[in-house]
Amino acid sequence: MFDLVWLIPLFPLLGLIINALTGWKSAGVRPGVIASAAVGLSFAAAVALFFELLRLPAADRLVEVPLFKWIAAGALSTEIAFQIDPLSMVMILVVTGVSFIIHIYAIGYMHGDRGFNRFFIFLNLFVFAMLILVTANNFLMMFIGWEGVGLCSYLLIGFWYQDDYNAYAGRKAFVVNRIGDFGFLLAIFLIYATFRTLDFTEVFSQAAAMPIGAGVLTAIALLLFVGAAGKSAQLPLYVWLPDAMAGPTPVSALIHAATMVTAGVYMVARANVIYTLAPTAAAVVAIVGALTALYAATIGLTQFDIKRVLAYSTISQLGYMFIGVGVGAFAAGIFHLMTHAFFKALLFMAAGSVMHAMSNQTDMRIMGGLRTKMPRTFWTMLIGTLAIAGIPGFSGFFSKDEILWQAWSGAHGAPWLWLIGAVAAALTTFYMFRLIFMTFFGTLRADDKTAHHLHESPGVMTWPLIILAVLSLIGGYVGIPAVLGGSNHFEHFLAPVFAASAELRGVAAHGGAEGHATGHSLELLLMGIVLVLVLFSLWLAWRYYGRKSDLPARTAARLGGAYRLVFNKYYVDEFYDAVIARPLHRISESALWRFIDVRIIDGSINGTAALIGAGARALSALQTGVVQNYALAFVFGVIALLVYLFV
Amino acid sequence: MNAIPLNFFLLVAAVLFAIGVAGVLVRRNALVILMSIELMLNAVNLTFITFAAKWQALDGQLFVFFIMAVAAAEVAVGLAVIISVFRLRGTVHVDEINLLKG
Repeated sequence: MFDLVWLIPLFPLLGLIINALTGWKSAGVRPGVIASAAVGLSFAAAVALFFELLRLPAADRLVEVPLFKWIAAGALSTEIAFQIDPLSMVMILVVTGVSFIIHIYAIGYMHGDRGFNRFFIFLNLFVFAMLILVTANNFLMMFIGWEGVGLCSYLLIGFWYQDDYNAYAGRKAFVVNRIGDFGFLLAIFLIYATFRTLDFTEVFSQAAAMPIGAGVLTAIALLLFVGAAGKSAQLPLYVWLPDAMAGPTPVSALIHAATMVTAGVYMVARANVIYTLAPTAAAVVAIVGALTALYAATIGLTQFDIKRVLAYSTISQLGYMFIGVGVGAFAAGIFHLMTHAFFKALLFMAAGSVMHAMSNQTDMRIMGGLRTKMPRTFWTMLIGTLAIAGIPGFSGFFSKDEILWQAWSGAHGAPWLWLIGAVAAALTTFYMFRLIFMTFFGTLRADDKTAHHLHESPGVMTWPLIILAVLSLIGGYVGIPAVLGGSNHFEHFLAPVFAASAELRGVAAHGGAEGHATGHSLELLLMGIVLVLVLFSLWLAWRYYGRKSDLPARTAARLGGAYRLVFNKYYVDEFYDAVIARPLHRISESALWRFIDVRIIDGSINGTAALIGAGARALSALQTGVVQNYALAFVFGVIALLVYLFV
Repeated sequence: MNAIPLNFFLLVAAVLFAIGVAGVLVRRNALVILMSIELMLNAVNLTFITFAAKWQALDGQLFVFFIMAVAAAEVAVGLAVIISVFRLRGTVHVDEINLLKG
C-alpha cells in the first residue's frame, strides 16, 4: 500500500494533463468535473493511506518510499522519494480534502468564465505541487514543490490578467516570494555544506548530535524562516498576500488561506529538530509570529473590502501558527493549521458566495441585511466566524487555546507572547464580527440593480460551505486538551515526528501526562481570560456595527492620525515602494537598462552584427558575375597548389 | 615509337593545356571557351596515353575513354545551355552574362 503513495500526487497531474489536452474544446463544466474527480481520487487514496499508517505501531510511523534517483553528481545524491509520517499525513489529508471541496465549489463559482478550463488546469497543478511539497523526503524535492506552488499562486492571482491590477498583484506576489525563496535556497546550500546530504532523516539525525545553539544551525534555521516568512506572509514579507486577493475567490480560499501559505509552518515543523537546537532562531520565529498576529489583526479592524479583511485575518492566524511552532509547540501549530484550513477556506468561500450575489462587489459598506437573502451562506459563515473567534465548542477554540497556552508555558514561551496572542484574539473577534454585522445585518446599502440581482448561490457552491462548516464545528474535537478532560489525540498522533525534539529538550516539557495541578488551574484561568476578552470584543463589535450608530465614525474621528495610519495599512506598501521598489526601478532603468542592457549587451551584439555585415559587403565585391574572373582565381589556386607541392 | 622521347609528348600536352587555359580566360565567346575546354581535356588525354604507353598499363587508356565520353556529354549540355542563353539574352559573350554578382 505504501508503495502506491505516488498515486496521490499522480491523480491531479493526470487531471491536468487530460484537461490540458482535451479541455479546450469542451464548453461545459467537464474540465471542472475531471479536475475535481482527480483531487477526489487523491483524497480517497490519502484516506486509505491514513488507515494504513494507523495500523503501524506509533514509533514506526515513518515510511520512506523511494521512487527513483533524481540527481547523482559527485557526493550529491538526491532521490525523488516520499516520506509518509504523521506530519505529512495530516498535511496530505488537509490539502487533498480541502482542495476537493474547493474544486467542487469552483465549478459553480467559475461557471461561465472564459478561462474555466485554464483555471482547473492551474488548480490541479497547484494540488500536485503542494502534494510534492508535503510528501518530499528531502529539501530539494520540497523546494520543487515550494516553487511549484509559488508559480501556481502567481498564475492564479493574475488569472484575470486582462485587468492590469490583477497582473500587477500576481507579479508582486511572485517577486516578494522570490526574496523568501532566496533565503530557503541559501538554507539548502548551507545544509548541504554542513551535512553533505539533503535527506530529512539524515540531516535531522546528524543535527541532533550537534550542540544546542550551534551557530550554523541558527543560521540554517533563520534562513529557512526567511523562506517560511515569504511563503506564509509574515512580517516583513507579508505585503503580497492582501494584493493576492485579486485572484478568483476559490484561489484565495485554497492557496492563500488553507494550503500554500501554511507551507512555511509545515517547513518549520518539519525542521523541528533544527529549531529545537537553535533557540535563538526559534525565539525569532515566535516573536515574528506574535508581532504579525497583532499587526495584521489591527489592519483587519479598519478594512472595508470583505476579502481584504479575510486576507489580513489569514496573515494574523499564520502568525499564531508561528507562535506555536516558535515556542516549540509544533503539534499545536499544526493543529491550528488544520482547523484554520477548515474555517478560513469556509470564510473565503462564503465571502465568494456573497460576492457572487452582490455582482462581484467586495465593499462591505454597500452590503448589509444579507442574512435573510442568503441564509445558507450566512449560517455557514457565522459558524466559520465563531470558529476563528475561538468561541468554545468550535474548532478554533481548541487550537487557538492550545497555542496561547503553549505561548505562556511552552519550551520557549513567555507571558508577554501570550498577552500579544490574547489581544490579537480579541481583535480577531472584533473584526470578524464587524464583517458579519456589516454584511449580513442591518439594511442593504447597495444600489437597486445589485439588490435586484441578490440571490442565494446554487447548491454546488453552498454544499461545500456546509461540509466545511461541519468540519469547522467538529474539527477541533480531535485535539481536546487534557485540561478539558480530553486526551489530545491529535498531539499524540503527531508526537513521533517531534519525539527527537522533545528528547533533545531533555524533558517531555509539553503536552503529555505531566499535567501538574497548578498548570491546569493556570491554563483554565488563562483560557477564561481569553474567553472574556473575546466575548467583550464580540459585544463591542455589536455596539459598533450590529445596529445603526455613528460610533465607528466618531471613534475614527477621535483617533484621527492613528486611525488613518492603520487604515492605510501603516503605509508599509508606500514605504517599500519608496525605499526598495522605486530606487530599484530607477537603478534598473538608468544603469541596468539604459547602460548595461542597451550599451553593453545590445552594443556588443549589434557590434558583432555590424562587423560581419561590413566584412560581407567588402567580400561581396569579389563576386563580379564575370565567370572568367572566377576561372582566373582557379588557375592561380592550382598554380599555388602546384608550387606548394613541388617546390 | 622509342625514337621520340617521352618528354616531347608531355611538352606538347602541356602546351595544349596552356593554350586551352588561356582560351578560357581571355576569349569572350562562350563557344570558343567550350572549345578551349575541349583542348584542355584532350591535353590531359594525351598525357594519360603517354604514361600508359610508358608503363605498358591499360589504366591510362581506360581513363581516356571515360574522358571522351564525359566530354561528349558535356559538350552536348554546354551547347544546349549556350543556345538557351542566346535565345534569352541575345548574346553569347560571357562578360555580358553577369547578373549573378554581389
